[in-house]
Amino acid sequence: MFRRTDPPDCTIVWEGRELPARAGESLAVALLAAGITTFRETPVTGAARGPLCLMGACFDCLVQVEEAQNMQACLVPVTPGLRAQMQHGARGFVEDAA
Amino acid sequence: MSVADEWTAEGAAKPPVAETTDVLVLGAGPAGMAAATEARAHGMRVLVLDENGAPGGQVHRAVEARLAKGAVEKRDAKDDQDKDGAKLAAAFRASGANYRPNATLWAVEPEGKVFWSEGGAARSIQAERLILCAGATERPLPIPGWTLPGVMSVGAAQIALKTGGLVPEGAVWLAGQGPLLWLYAVQALAKGGKIAGIIDLSPPGGLQRARPHLLRALKAPEYLWRGLVWQRQVKRTVRVIPARELRAEGEGRLARILVDGVAHPADLLLLHDGVVPNTQVTRAIAGLTHGWDPVQRCWRPGLDLWGNTAVPGVMVAGDSAGIGGARAAALSGRIAALEAARALGRITTDERDGRAGPLRLLRDRQLAPRLFLDAMFPPLPEAAIPDETILCRCEEVTAGRVRQAVALGCLGANQTKAFTRAGMGPCQGRICGPSVHGVIAAARGVEGGEVDPFRTRFPTKPLTLGELAALAG
Amino acid sequence: MKKALVIGGGLHGLSTALHLARTPGWQVTLLERRHVGRHSSGVNAGGVRRLGRALPEIALSVIAAEMWHGIEALVGDDCGFRATGQVKVAESAADIAKNEARVAQVRALGWTHEEVVDQAEVRRLLPAVSPHVVGAIVTRDDGSADPMRTVMAFRRAAEQAGVVIHEGVAVTGLERTAEGTIRVATDHQMFEAERVANCAGAWAPDLAALAGETIPCGTKASMMIVTERLPPFVDPTVGCSSRSLSFKQTAAGTVVIGGGHQGRNDKATETSTVLFGSLAHAARIAAEIFPCVAQARIVRSWTGTEARPPDDMPVIGESRSLPGLFHSFGFSGHGFQLSPAAGAAVAELMARGATNLPVAAFNQDRFTVPA
Ligand SMILES: Cc1cc2nc3c(=O)[nH]c(=O)nc-3n(C[C@H](O)[C@H](O)[C@H](O)COP(=O)(O)OP(=O)(O)OC[C@H]3O[C@@H](n4cnc5c(N)ncnc54)[C@H](O)[C@@H]3O)c2cc1C
Ligand SMILES: Cc1cc2nc3c(=O)[nH]c(=O)nc-3n(C[C@H](O)[C@H](O)[C@H](O)COP(=O)(O)OP(=O)(O)OC[C@H]3O[C@@H](n4cnc5c(N)ncnc54)[C@H](O)[C@@H]3O)c2cc1C
Ligand code: FES
Repeated sequence: MFRRTDPPDCTIVWEGRELPARAGESLAVALLAAGITTFRETPVTGAARGPLCLMGACFDCLVQVEEAQNMQACLVPVTPGLRAQMQHGARGFVEDAA
Repeated sequence: MSVADEWTAEGAAKPPVAETTDVLVLGAGPAGMAAATEARAHGMRVLVLDENGAPGGQVHRAVEARLAKGAVEKRDAKDDQDKDGAKLAAAFRASGANYRPNATLWAVEPEGKVFWSEGGAARSIQAERLILCAGATERPLPIPGWTLPGVMSVGAAQIALKTGGLVPEGAVWLAGQGPLLWLYAVQALAKGGKIAGIIDLSPPGGLQRARPHLLRALKAPEYLWRGLVWQRQVKRTVRVIPARELRAEGEGRLARILVDGVAHPADLLLLHDGVVPNTQVTRAIAGLTHGWDPVQRCWRPGLDLWGNTAVPGVMVAGDSAGIGGARAAALSGRIAALEAARALGRITTDERDGRAGPLRLLRDRQLAPRLFLDAMFPPLPEAAIPDETILCRCEEVTAGRVRQAVALGCLGANQTKAFTRAGMGPCQGRICGPSVHGVIAAARGVEGGEVDPFRTRFPTKPLTLGELAALAG
Repeated sequence: MKKALVIGGGLHGLSTALHLARTPGWQVTLLERRHVGRHSSGVNAGGVRRLGRALPEIALSVIAAEMWHGIEALVGDDCGFRATGQVKVAESAADIAKNEARVAQVRALGWTHEEVVDQAEVRRLLPAVSPHVVGAIVTRDDGSADPMRTVMAFRRAAEQAGVVIHEGVAVTGLERTAEGTIRVATDHQMFEAERVANCAGAWAPDLAALAGETIPCGTKASMMIVTERLPPFVDPTVGCSSRSLSFKQTAAGTVVIGGGHQGRNDKATETSTVLFGSLAHAARIAAEIFPCVAQARIVRSWTGTEARPPDDMPVIGESRSLPGLFHSFGFSGHGFQLSPAAGAAVAELMARGATNLPVAAFNQDRFTVPA
């Protein structure tokens, strides 16, 4: 899929699993670099989806970041230790922090 | 500290926003950076909003970070795009404009009130003059299976390359047509990437169609020259398959592509069919007229020579006014800023004309190859999109359903939207807009200009009810 | 066959045309300046509500409600109608008192659809409602429908009944002929008919003026918000006793929020503009009544333009200056629900000069100052 040409300098946690990343790059880029393409399941049919545009336009990269749901992974910068997981369907009603 | 806390803390440390500004520039791509720099040179107060974290826009994305690593300097001399970008960004940083990264504009009201979100909070300002430089977006290339994870756009892969240094490797295919596809292939190969093949979907006869525009295009021969060199370079190491039909398949993720019925294993498919002006914001402004460009098959705002729209005080520059490329974008940004300076009484009409003259000549030269390129790569025909193909990814509406709605009497995108939900999801028709529009036109057998485009609605980027509620004071 | 012409391809025009075309002896043509459903009828909140109607509107609204429950028989499609109820919440003791007085008034007139409920019952009906809500008025078999689907269903039914629809044709003049018919000038060809219906929505008062009649009427530009999809959390459509709110979750999961907060409109260019400073109040009220939506993303906002007479009630009746012309406009933000019944009434007025349907209260003579 993709190969990094710059070495990772931190880690993030995706679905409970630690992944290498570079601080400042977008969360979407970090996930793609780790071979992850499925970011969410759609609210309409539950189909698996991943990023299309990486520029904030398509909303196909939605994930849960910390407690905040439906975040566009391509617009969320990586910070060391960031925790994220898949967005399953529509936003739920767990109390959001963001 | 949670993500939210950090954002708030960062937001709080930023310079405060005044209640008014002379000029508000949307976008810090080449057009926006140049407009802001020029406007500052005439003493105007300038606020610049861009949802990206750093200046550069699409073409010069992350140019400062790469410059810091020395990557820009080491680059091939023939790729001078990064040098342009570094220069624009440095002048922009030094200009004294109030630049707000990570700031997403979501509404423009009559009389120049602008709303945006930054660090999870909605803000607003009153601007005398707006220069909207929102750039371009890729034209979608809907094929059966393009919603599978593992299918992305070429532009996306280029962003991953520019911002994260990610290069393709393994069963990676590029498909579609247009200069950006070849440019990305060159950039990826230069960084050591590997590409399994390029599926060239461009309609045959490109050179023949383009030949009448050759003479004009040779005013700026470097474009054509570069294009030829790119294709040559890529074809030396990458297999190019001319084809008419492409499908993506896999169970829950891309596994293979079918090229005119022949299967190839694939773990990444990158699609591209050129770029179209980003008119999401301008289309939502009441009274701002747009015209259909039959050659580039897209809508663009109606502008005078200076970039003034039909709405007083609202100007457009750069690729969001019509695709012209990075250098033309920067020049049109400067021209628009000169007109804004005149309108606000900072320079006389004579001064404006005198300064703009040479810029215009330069811009004409930059635009010279457009007709040639447009004739080479006409957008792929929407009539050929198979019925089962999803057009609206958000609401999962297929081409067949849109065609059915047309058969039931829906004549425009706004009616099919109300009827099928195509264009009603969170992307607000950004991705599906051009193809829904094209499918309707083809199904009705009329020119694109006869079909209403999606009316876009503010907020043009989703904000939360809570953010909006906070504005109620 | 007698000829009738309907001006305006909103729901009122379509419904009038449909009912008249089903009346033996009438041949109906409908003229629409843009496209069918272009204005209020295509963009409204789809509320099918008797709850809270002004007293003179209740009778017609009750008949309309019956028609909505049988809408499939009328137009061959269920129009997305769901009888999920309408609830108007009370936020204070003062609200409760107001509610009790209102319902007593409605019941005194013989109507039983409105009902006062206590806090426990509101909580049962609206599990996600804020704890500060203390009671409500409910109408259990009110509901909502899908506006664009309704428009398309009425259009199809009208065409099947023989109505000829011309889109992209704007009426520019109305005058009486020597034979007593009405000549209708448009930006295309000329039409002539024995009866004409003025269902031109926000622009209907201007047509009345063309026919020599001044009917006092302003405009409304109500604003709406729709959110991203959320998990199902509320069935009924919800309003609020002392604040402006209309709040509904659609079958798709999106939440549609309105309540009459006003944007700005420009009748000449047929555009209207959302004013976010004012729309923010709708967002705030919604998030206070249903705190769970505060983090939901707004996907779109919009406005629609409609005529609004001084008393917020429609004008239905024959023109005083041009006999044969019948007005039906000024539904003031609540005409979606009334459209099946109002169209039937206007069609009867046109066909036989009288109707048993309760529309007498909407005669424009109510604005005439006695000499
Ligand atoms: C994906 C993609 C990749 C491209 N790559 C190249 C390339 O490599 N080389 C090349 O020559 N051309 C490329 N182009 C063409 C490109 O459009 C022009 O070359 C050039 O970038 C146009 O400059 P601009 O200033 O008009 O717009 P852009 O450079 O696109 O800048 C627009 C800016 O506006 C911001 N913006 C837009 N809407 C909002 C909003 N609502 N709120 C806040 N900010 C907003 C964006 O974040 C962006 O930074 C690319 C186009 C696309 C779509
Ligand atoms: C945002 C909003 C929310 C609403 N919510 C609700 C609700 O929940 N429940 C409810 O009951 N009601 C609601 N309403 C009110 C309801 O939508 C209207 O009362 C109803 O749709 C009016 O229908 P109409 O046919 O009279 O007008 P319109 O739908 O406006 O139709 C009038 C038509 O006449 C055409 N026209 C105008 N001039 C000419 C001319 N010169 N020649 C030819 N054609 C012409 C116009 O193009 C237009 O299509 C809402 C309204 C709005 C704006
Ligand atoms: S990948 Fe398209 S919005 Fe993030």
